Amino acid sequence: MTGASFFDLMNFGPNGWGWALITAAGVTVMVALAGFSLGAVIGTFGAWAKISGRGPIRVAAEVYTTVLRGIPDLLVIFLFYFGGSLALTAVYKFFGGEGFVSFPGFTAGALAIGFTSGAQHTEVFRGAYGAISQGEIEAAKATGMSRMLLFRRIIMPLLLRYALPGLGNVWQVVLKESALVSVTGLVELVRQAQLGAGSTREPFSFFLAAAILFLVITFVSNRVFRFSEAYFSRGVRGTR
Amino acid sequence: MSASVSAIPMDIAETSAPAVQIGDLHKNFGGLEVLKGLTFDVVEGQVVSILGSSGSGKSTLLRCINFLEAPSSGTITIGGETVRTKVGKTGDLVPADIGQLNRLRTSVGMVFQNFNLWSHKTVLENVMEGPVFVQGRPEAECREEAGEFLAKVGIYDKCDAYPAHLSGGQQQRAAIARVLAMHPAVMLFDEPTSALDPELVGEVLKVMRALADEGRTMLVVTHEMGFAREVSNRVIFLEKGTIEEDGSPEDVFGASKSERFRKFIAG
Amino acid sequence: MIDFAFMYEALIRLVGGVPLTLQLSLIASAFGVIFAVTAALMQLSDSRVLRAIADAYVFVIRGTPLLVQIFLIYYGMGQFDFIRHSFLWALLREPYWCAIFALMFNTGAYGSQIVRGGLLSVPKGQIEAARSCGMPTVMIYRRIILPLAIRQALPAYGNEIILLTKATSLASIITMMEITGVAAKMIAETYRVVEVFLVAGGLYLLINFVLSRGVAMLERRLMRHTRTDSSTRSVQRRAA
Repeated sequence: MTGASFFDLMNFGPNGWGWALITAAGVTVMVALAGFSLGAVIGTFGAWAKISGRGPIRVAAEVYTTVLRGIPDLLVIFLFYFGGSLALTAVYKFFGGEGFVSFPGFTAGALAIGFTSGAQHTEVFRGAYGAISQGEIEAAKATGMSRMLLFRRIIMPLLLRYALPGLGNVWQVVLKESALVSVTGLVELVRQAQLGAGSTREPFSFFLAAAILFLVITFVSNRVFRFSEAYFSRGVRGTR
Repeated sequence: MSASVSAIPMDIAETSAPAVQIGDLHKNFGGLEVLKGLTFDVVEGQVVSILGSSGSGKSTLLRCINFLEAPSSGTITIGGETVRTKVGKTGDLVPADIGQLNRLRTSVGMVFQNFNLWSHKTVLENVMEGPVFVQGRPEAECREEAGEFLAKVGIYDKCDAYPAHLSGGQQQRAAIARVLAMHPAVMLFDEPTSALDPELVGEVLKVMRALADEGRTMLVVTHEMGFAREVSNRVIFLEKGTIEEDGSPEDVFGASKSERFRKFIAG
Repeated sequence: MIDFAFMYEALIRLVGGVPLTLQLSLIASAFGVIFAVTAALMQLSDSRVLRAIADAYVFVIRGTPLLVQIFLIYYGMGQFDFIRHSFLWALLREPYWCAIFALMFNTGAYGSQIVRGGLLSVPKGQIEAARSCGMPTVMIYRRIILPLAIRQALPAYGNEIILLTKATSLASIITMMEITGVAAKMIAETYRVVEVFLVAGGLYLLINFVLSRGVAMLERRLMRHTRTDSSTRSVQRRAA
C-alpha cells in the first residue's frame, strides 16, 4: 500500500469508497444508539429491581447482570440473530411459506446490544442512585413534593449527574460492540470495510479507514459526553 | 412526668389556636422505644426549644411531625387537621392519604442540620422550587419574593451561587429562606447550628431570633442554651423519650426540680 | 421443548473448544501484562516522547473495536509485500497467532490504565522514605512501588482477564474453533440456537467463576503476607 493508493480508494468520487464508508459509519452509530437506548430502558428497570424490588425480582436482576457480564457479546448476537431467524421462519412456515427467513441484522444487533448493555446500565444507574444524598430527598419530601415531582425535579437531574460518566463508558463499549453486528451481514462500518477489502484486495487500507472512522466517532461522542457532564454537574464544587 | 401545662405563657395560650398538636406519640426502632407517648400542643406564635441529650429522641420527635419518620402510634394534628394514617407493613403508621400529607407538609417548613440544599440548583432556584412547583404559584411573583427572603437572611448577593460554593452559615440561611418562601404556619429546626463552625453559628442564630421576634411558630431542637433561654418562650426537656420538663425558660432554667435537667445544663 | 440429550451432545463438543479459549486467554494475558506495565511506565515517565507514544497506543486501541484490530492483523498485514517475505509471515498467516497478537495489544492497552492507577496509588511518603534511606530508583521500584501497586491493581486486573477471556470469542470470526467457534458451527448445522447458547454461555460463566476465584485466592495470599507480619510481631512481643 502506498499513501496515494489509500487516498485513491477513500475518495468521494464515483470510484471512491468514501461515501460508502461514511454511510456505513452512520449505520454503526444508529445501531449503537438503538442498542444503547434499549439498554438504558432495561437498565432503568434493572436498577429499580435491584434497589427496591422484592425477593424474586431482585434475584432475577442479579442473575441477569451476573450472567451478561460473563457471556461474550458475540454469543448473544448469535442468539438474537439465529434465534430471531428461527422464530421468523416458523411464523413464515405457519402461513404456508417455505425456506429460511433471516432476521433483520439491524434489529438483531440492536436487541443484542440492548440486552448486553442493559446489564451495564443497571450497575451505572444503581451506583448513581446510591450517590444521591438522602438529605436532598428528605428536604423535597418536607416541602410537600409528590413522588412524581420529587422524581422529576430532584432525583432525575441528580441521577443523570452521577450516571453520566458511567454512561459515557457504556457508550464507548456499545460503540465497539456494534462492530460484532457485522456477523449478521448488516452493512455497518466493519462489514463495509470487509466488502471493500474483498473487491479491491487492499484489506489494510479498508480496515485502517474503518479504525480511523471509529476513532472519529469515539472522539466526537467523548466531546458530547464531556459537554453534558459539565451541564449536569453545575453546582458541584470547582465547576461553574 | 413533671410537665405542667400552666407553664405555657398564658397570654399566648389563651388567645391563639394550636398550630401543632401531638397526641400520645410513640416511636420504636426495632425493639428500642425512642418516644414513649408524648402529648403536647404548640400554639401559634410559640417558639419552643426542645432540649435533651443525644438519644433522648428530640430529632425523632421533630421528624415524626412531618412524617419523615413514621410514628409507631399516636396522632399529629397540624392547624387543626389530623394527618390520616394507617398501619403499614412494618407496623409503624404510614400516611393513608399522601395527598393530604403533602398538602400539610407545605405548611410545615423544616430546616435540617446538614442544610440539604438541592445541589444542582442555585440558591435562588432552591428558594423558588417549592412555591413554583409544589404550590403552583406564578414564577415571576415567586422570584421577586425569593429575592426578598434572601435579602432578609442576608445572602441576596449569593442568589446565583450553587450551594457548594457557600459557607455552612450561608447555606443554612439559604435553607431558612427556602422554608420561608413556602409561607409555613410552623417552622421546624433540627439542630440548625450543629454542623456549623463555631464562628458561623452566630449569623444563623441572628436570623432565627429575627424570625422569633416576628411572632412565627417555631419548634427548635438545639444545643444552644443561649437561644433556649433568651429567644424561646417555652422549653421542653426530653429525657429517654418522655417530657421531663416543660415550661417557660425562666421556670425551667431558674427553678427546675429535675436532677437530670440540672445535670444536663451543667454539661 | 429443550432437548437434554442434544444439550449433552453439545456440551461434549463445546468442551472441546475450552482448551483453545484458555490458551488464547492465558497466552495473550501473559504477554499483555508486559505491554501493560511498559505502557504504564512510559505514560508516567518524564520523557515527552515516551508519554506521547504510550498515550497514542492506548487511545487507538481503546477507541477502536477489537474486531477491527484482529482484521487489521489477520487480513491487513498480507497487503504488504515486505511482511509477506519476512520471517513474521510464518506467524501472521496463522489465525491462531493473529488472534493472540490482537488480544495481547488489546489487553495491554486496557491493562496499562489499571497498572497506571496502581502505580499512582502508592503513597508518596513511602517512596520518599525509601529514597531517604538511600535506595536507588530501580530498587525502589522493585522493593516498594511494584509490590504495593500490584496489590492495589490486582482486583481490577483480574476483571480485565475475565473481559479478555470473553473477548477471545472473536477469534471464532477468523476461523478459530474455540468455544464460540464450535457454538457457531453447531448452530449452523442444527439450528438449535437456545440449547447451544445455554451450554456455551454456561461454559464461559464457569471459566469466569474459576478465574475470579483464582484472583481472589491470589489476593488473599498477598494479604496473608501482611497479616503474617503482624502476627509474628505479636508472637515476638508475647515471647518477650
